Amino acid sequence: MNATARRRALDLLFQLLAMLILCLALGSLAALVATVWSDGADRLSWDFLTGFPSRRAEDAGIWHALAGSMFVILTTGGLAVPIGVASAIYLEEYGTRSLSARIIEFNITNLAAVPSIIYGLLGLWLFVRVMAMGRSVLAGASTLALLVLPVVILSTREALRAVPSSIRESSYALGATKWQTVWHQVLPVALPGILTGVILALSRAIGETAPLISIGALTFVAFAPDSLWSPFTVLPIQIFNWVSRPQLAFQANAAAAILVLLALLLTMNAAAIWLRDRYQKKLV
Amino acid sequence: MSRDATATRPPSLAAIAARGGPPPAIDRPVKIQAEGLNFYYGGTRALEDISIRIHSNVVTAFIGPSGCGKSTFLRTLNRMNDIIPGTCAEGKVLVDGVDIYKPGVDVVELRRRVGMVFQKSNPFPKSVFDNVAYGLRINGMAGSHSELAARVEESLRQAALWDEVKDRLHDSALAMSGGQQQRLCIARALAVRPDILLMDEPASALDPIATQRIEELVYDLKTTYTILIVTHNMQQAARVSDYTAFFWLGRLIEYDRTEKMFTAPAETLTEDYVTGRFG
Repeated sequence: MNATARRRALDLLFQLLAMLILCLALGSLAALVATVWSDGADRLSWDFLTGFPSRRAEDAGIWHALAGSMFVILTTGGLAVPIGVASAIYLEEYGTRSLSARIIEFNITNLAAVPSIIYGLLGLWLFVRVMAMGRSVLAGASTLALLVLPVVILSTREALRAVPSSIRESSYALGATKWQTVWHQVLPVALPGILTGVILALSRAIGETAPLISIGALTFVAFAPDSLWSPFTVLPIQIFNWVSRPQLAFQANAAAAILVLLALLLTMNAAAIWLRDRYQKKLV
Repeated sequence: MSRDATATRPPSLAAIAARGGPPPAIDRPVKIQAEGLNFYYGGTRALEDISIRIHSNVVTAFIGPSGCGKSTFLRTLNRMNDIIPGTCAEGKVLVDGVDIYKPGVDVVELRRRVGMVFQKSNPFPKSVFDNVAYGLRINGMAGSHSELAARVEESLRQAALWDEVKDRLHDSALAMSGGQQQRLCIARALAVRPDILLMDEPASALDPIATQRIEELVYDLKTTYTILIVTHNMQQAARVSDYTAFFWLGRLIEYDRTEKMFTAPAETLTEDYVTGRFG
């Protein structure tokens, strides 16, 4: 075989290999979803979505957990996005040259890899006990906000860094201040990237169980939260709860709740993509 | 003028300093004056002891091989180099008699007065109108919308772009041709009413027709503005400028009337460069 033929063969081989790995990954995901679907699809109904927990599996619903998840995630976003984006703007646009900014950046990168249970323990001490928030929506959302902050900061920094420096230069050259440049020119261009990062971070938060268990969200909650101070539970915890029951009927409930959680995640991601495309079109 | 093997060696700094300073007699006031300006990127000295007086309402061209410091010098005049970490300027730069490097100078106001057009046209990813209006808005220079619209139109007319874009003011600026984008950047710079316009190779990425339009524009604008233009193109320098400064290895080698620089330069190095023997 001459060199050209070998190069082509290698190229083809690599392509096949990559496709095989992709099929493997997607295939196992599809198998998972199919199993969950066959176990839980029968339980999906309006009553299931709007019902409350019950000792009888066939009467049990997930409204308390679904509402809890949505309430917690919105609060998490409300806390993590402004703080995270503002931190990233400081680090990228204002503080890049200082030593302290570099130390902070290094630590944020490390924080992104800390196991979520650690954040749970921190939340239990800081929010539940010290700040006396109790086992409330606010305590849960604050804990999750801490958990996703590093991801929000890092992805926002990446998005800001991807903005061409020529845009900053031409804004400064017109007599713009730093803040005017950031607000009017840099942020709008970086917005699609920031949105993507935020949604990825919130998608991670919505599936988190461990930190919320450690702050005490596992306790039986029969009603949907109606304020930031209400006790709450979330979908992953309800799923965990049902899976640990021996009765098959509860296992079916868990499968149905997983389907609802997946649908929620897909909706969030779809919304992110829609928002991103909308802003990108507006800009070009 | 004798020419021998050592012709491409730079004249000594003492020789330049002795001759440098005041340019040939001219009837226009000095707009910009640099005195003993040194500029450093980290540990590298990019400008060495530059002293020059640039006159009001003329076009001054900066020529020289790549890396000679001409763009760096241009960017010291509106302190754009401040944005680059690890840079440092020494010496004096006077604009209208005020040292722009002394503490307490308002850099934002300086940059409004000393406009800049970059090598690569860089419109904001916004509409044509918003590109020109941006500088007016951030500087609080237009009270009402009608005033804003009038200033935008005026700037676009000054940049000879109005007739081409008046029907698509609200389309994206990025949809225009390269030459139109560059004229938009000029309009944008003019909108905030600077006195001085710095142009860093404004036509180097454009085709000959678009280049010609930019050059005509420069010619028209010098009645109102003091224009400093960096160019790699000798013909362009000869066509558009009244004065030419030749930079080499971070030094100002020669500065004189353009026709003298291109026909009878005092330095052999200048002659070698303008005749294309190196660079």
